[in-house]
Amino acid sequence: MSLNIIMSLVAVVVLGAIAFVGGSVPGLQSVFGIWIPYAAVAVFFLGFAYRIFKWAKSPVPFRIPTTCGQQKSLSWIKQNKIDNPSSTKAVILRMFFEIVTFRSLFRNTKSEIKGDRISYEWEIWLWLAALAFHYSFLAVLFRHLRFFLEPVPYCVKIVETLDSFFQVGLPVVFASGIVLFAAVLYLFARRVMIPQVKYISLIADYFPLFLILGIAGTGLYMRYFLRVDIVAIKTLTMGLVTLKPLIPANVSSMLFVHLFLISTLLVYFPFSKLMHMGGVFLSPTRNMANNSRMKRHINPWNPDLEFVTYEKYENDFREKMIEAGLPVEKES
Amino acid sequence: MNDKIKIIAGLAIFVLIFTCPFWINGGKAKDVPKPVLSEKALAAKTCVLPKDEMAKNHMQLLDGWRNSVVRNEQRVYIIKDANGIEKEYDMSLSNTCLACHTNKAEFCDKCHEYASVNPYCWDCHVDPNVKEASL
Amino acid sequence: MDIKPEEMIKINTKPPAKHWMDIPADLSEGKFCYPAKAKSLEYLHLPNPRDWSPADEDWKLPENWQQIIHEGFKERLDKYRSLKVFMDVCVRCGACADKCHFYIGSGDPKNMPVLRAELLRSIYRNDFTTLGKIFGRLAGARKLTPLVIKEWFSYFYQCTECRRCSVFCPYGIDTAEITMMARELLNLIGVNIHWIKDPVSNCSRTGNHLGIQPQNFKEIIEFFCEDIEEITGVAINPSFNRKGAEVLFVTPSGDAFADPGTYTFMGYLMLFEHIGLDYTLSTYASEGGNFGLFTSSDMMKKLNAKMYHEAKRLGVKYIIGGECGHMWRVINQYMDTMNGPADFLDVPKSPITGTVFENAASTKMIHIAEFTADLIKHNKLKLDPKRNDHLKVTWHDSCNTARAMGLLDEPRHVLNAVCNNVFEMPPSTTREYTFCCGSGSGTNTEEIMEQRLRGGLPRANAVKYVHDKYGVNMLGCVCAIDRAVLPPLMNYWVPGVEVTGLHELVGNALVMDGEIERTMNLRMEDLPGAEGDSDE
Repeated sequence: MSLNIIMSLVAVVVLGAIAFVGGSVPGLQSVFGIWIPYAAVAVFFLGFAYRIFKWAKSPVPFRIPTTCGQQKSLSWIKQNKIDNPSSTKAVILRMFFEIVTFRSLFRNTKSEIKGDRISYEWEIWLWLAALAFHYSFLAVLFRHLRFFLEPVPYCVKIVETLDSFFQVGLPVVFASGIVLFAAVLYLFARRVMIPQVKYISLIADYFPLFLILGIAGTGLYMRYFLRVDIVAIKTLTMGLVTLKPLIPANVSSMLFVHLFLISTLLVYFPFSKLMHMGGVFLSPTRNMANNSRMKRHINPWNPDLEFVTYEKYENDFREKMIEAGLPVEKES
Repeated sequence: MNDKIKIIAGLAIFVLIFTCPFWINGGKAKDVPKPVLSEKALAAKTCVLPKDEMAKNHMQLLDGWRNSVVRNEQRVYIIKDANGIEKEYDMSLSNTCLACHTNKAEFCDKCHEYASVNPYCWDCHVDPNVKEASL
Repeated sequence: MDIKPEEMIKINTKPPAKHWMDIPADLSEGKFCYPAKAKSLEYLHLPNPRDWSPADEDWKLPENWQQIIHEGFKERLDKYRSLKVFMDVCVRCGACADKCHFYIGSGDPKNMPVLRAELLRSIYRNDFTTLGKIFGRLAGARKLTPLVIKEWFSYFYQCTECRRCSVFCPYGIDTAEITMMARELLNLIGVNIHWIKDPVSNCSRTGNHLGIQPQNFKEIIEFFCEDIEEITGVAINPSFNRKGAEVLFVTPSGDAFADPGTYTFMGYLMLFEHIGLDYTLSTYASEGGNFGLFTSSDMMKKLNAKMYHEAKRLGVKYIIGGECGHMWRVINQYMDTMNGPADFLDVPKSPITGTVFENAASTKMIHIAEFTADLIKHNKLKLDPKRNDHLKVTWHDSCNTARAMGLLDEPRHVLNAVCNNVFEMPPSTTREYTFCCGSGSGTNTEEIMEQRLRGGLPRANAVKYVHDKYGVNMLGCVCAIDRAVLPPLMNYWVPGVEVTGLHELVGNALVMDGEIERTMNLRMEDLPGAEGDSDE
């Protein structure tokens, strides 16, 4: 096991332990249950906005889409409008597929040298795991609205119903939570088991995985094993979002671990690679139309540069040009 | 530049969506519900299991009962109470639980609704107290 | 090459035990491009001209080189959102790893696009992020040392800016963009390569990379015309620097200089003669290619400026560009932004078919494959594809025209009209998935032949597949660098496959007015069935 993995794991375990102890001490419950979550939410939104503004501040001087299909040219040649868009509408479509279906990752192949042949096989697992991870995370997040809204909106209930479609056990099992946990495990396993990926992995890659594993793990543990008093929990969370915070009696210390790990994630988010959530919208190779021959793209800092003009060129070569019978502007 | 406007708009939408609990509730939280015990339940003083255990594990107890009755045709639940005396219960949501907890809306639904728990008990079972009224 | 192909293809993909930050770049002879000569840098007014070798311990960097890099980095972060976003959002999923031809061919983990970017990102973290400043190496940051510069020099010249990784990246991170920034930074401290700086300084002075002077340029073209007359019996007199022509034609100077590009040039001349196009060649804007692209955006702009400058001086209506890869990256993605607006030109309109090229409404410059495809579609060319029957052709999409433009079906339409035997390589190696020749972005230099052969392996291997399966013996392309570097690549990996430009095939199939019976192709090789068989 590499040091990066151990350190990330230790960091998450220590964070969890701190919260567990803190959550067991009545005086500290308001710190872990109220003030840290509030601070974390503030840092998250301010940090997120700060990062986006920082990116937005730099201009996009050139139109550099990666074209992944036939360009728009002659009327009878079929353009690939999504992968080589030339209109804003098509760019929106391209971005939609990129963000909603991870279209680029879907193309993933695995190359392998077999004897004197290189083969390229379609490799779908990374795409599948990434999709499973992001969508189950979204579903879990959305379902958690039941703790933050009163009355619970119908759409949340629908998602709960769909998510518990198989009606396994009581409390009924939500598929999204299990899928989230499994997908994170897969992403971790792949990071460790593929030597190339392990070679490039940093603490910044393992830490969020363990953190999310911790968050999902404590969630699953509270729901299916501890079966915590959710009315008490909702009392706490409603207190938070209505800005009348309180710590009800009967709140499990495991909740404080869950909350503290989430707070850590929120604080860590804007300063980490997790900002790909915002960054994917701003990637110039994806969010621009390939229309720079049709419409001039403006570079705000386009410099005025001196180049070798024809005049200079002719001055340099005039005699030779005349001798070769090439037309010149000035005879001498 | 016009792309900054788009970026700020996007960011605003993001913040608006992700802060929805703060503004949808309008700063008002409803009172926290408490289950109301019927007189019969109050008189009985104890449930199948001690109160705390029931609060935490009633769903699992009922799930066990359901499996026992539907799959094994076992209808009798035997358990020792606090004084070590064996007690027998008919494993029936409608006839045992609701016989004592006569007010389903006040006893069951209040908390379930608050926490958006949707037990599928009532897909099959009926509340005997309501049934009479509706006939 | 000392290593046999059977040996070279045995590639160890196991990453080393040591952390990559602890492994210095291999800069032994044969592993690096020769550095730029002091005189080229002086001519171009670039910093720190000196004579040095990458194999030296001391690279004679300017005294405040660290400050220069830091400030240069900051400047570029402020100028390019792409750089900023790409530095920040990578999650190291590894999807790009085995998409790079250099990684496939070498197994060196620093050739994985993600790690290539980390070479730069590690310094970015150290200099510009809080986490990097506090946690250092734990956060993936490292200090800028001379070894880092050496590593950049090695690995950012082992990237050909082909953008294949960018196709697969879920955030569209484009290593070409990162390599371009890294090379700009290296340029600031006078760390550049001869093979790029020499053409750039040539191009500045003579108008083309090869340093062909005006009188020689004219001679070369006239020499082509003599050959054409011998082969076809048709005399051609192209004009040079002629004012008032309708079209200015610009193509990479490589086509004027070396086989098989020269045959492509002859193809252009024959085509224009055949359709009676009112065009002129310029000895001043005699370079379509732009090695400035491999140097810095400023240099790119300066070299590119000549095209519009000359078009304006000559008063032409629009420009047609020849077959070249990176030239078209510049024209499609940079030219109008840098040196436009070209409001003194007209929207290109084919004088033969009347087709208006709306896709070039602003740049006023069209690709010759677009022009020719339109001619063929309208049946304006008399073609005899049987003359190419001895060829079994496969098509190589050049990186830049594929992934920075999307010119995919136009050349195919032309190819299928002039050749009867066309076989596509496997789909994971063509179109937007095409593999680089291994020698793009100014790395087509002799001293790093092993690197070039390794980088070209995936392309060559796909050619080998169709060579073995269908007997393919000709590799077609629309790129001058391809025409220069694919022949040795084929020679090494797939002997028996030759390389051609699209318009060489057009020239061979073209039935010109008043031509004699063809017995030779443009290479002056006997046409099978023309001479020998006619006796029977």
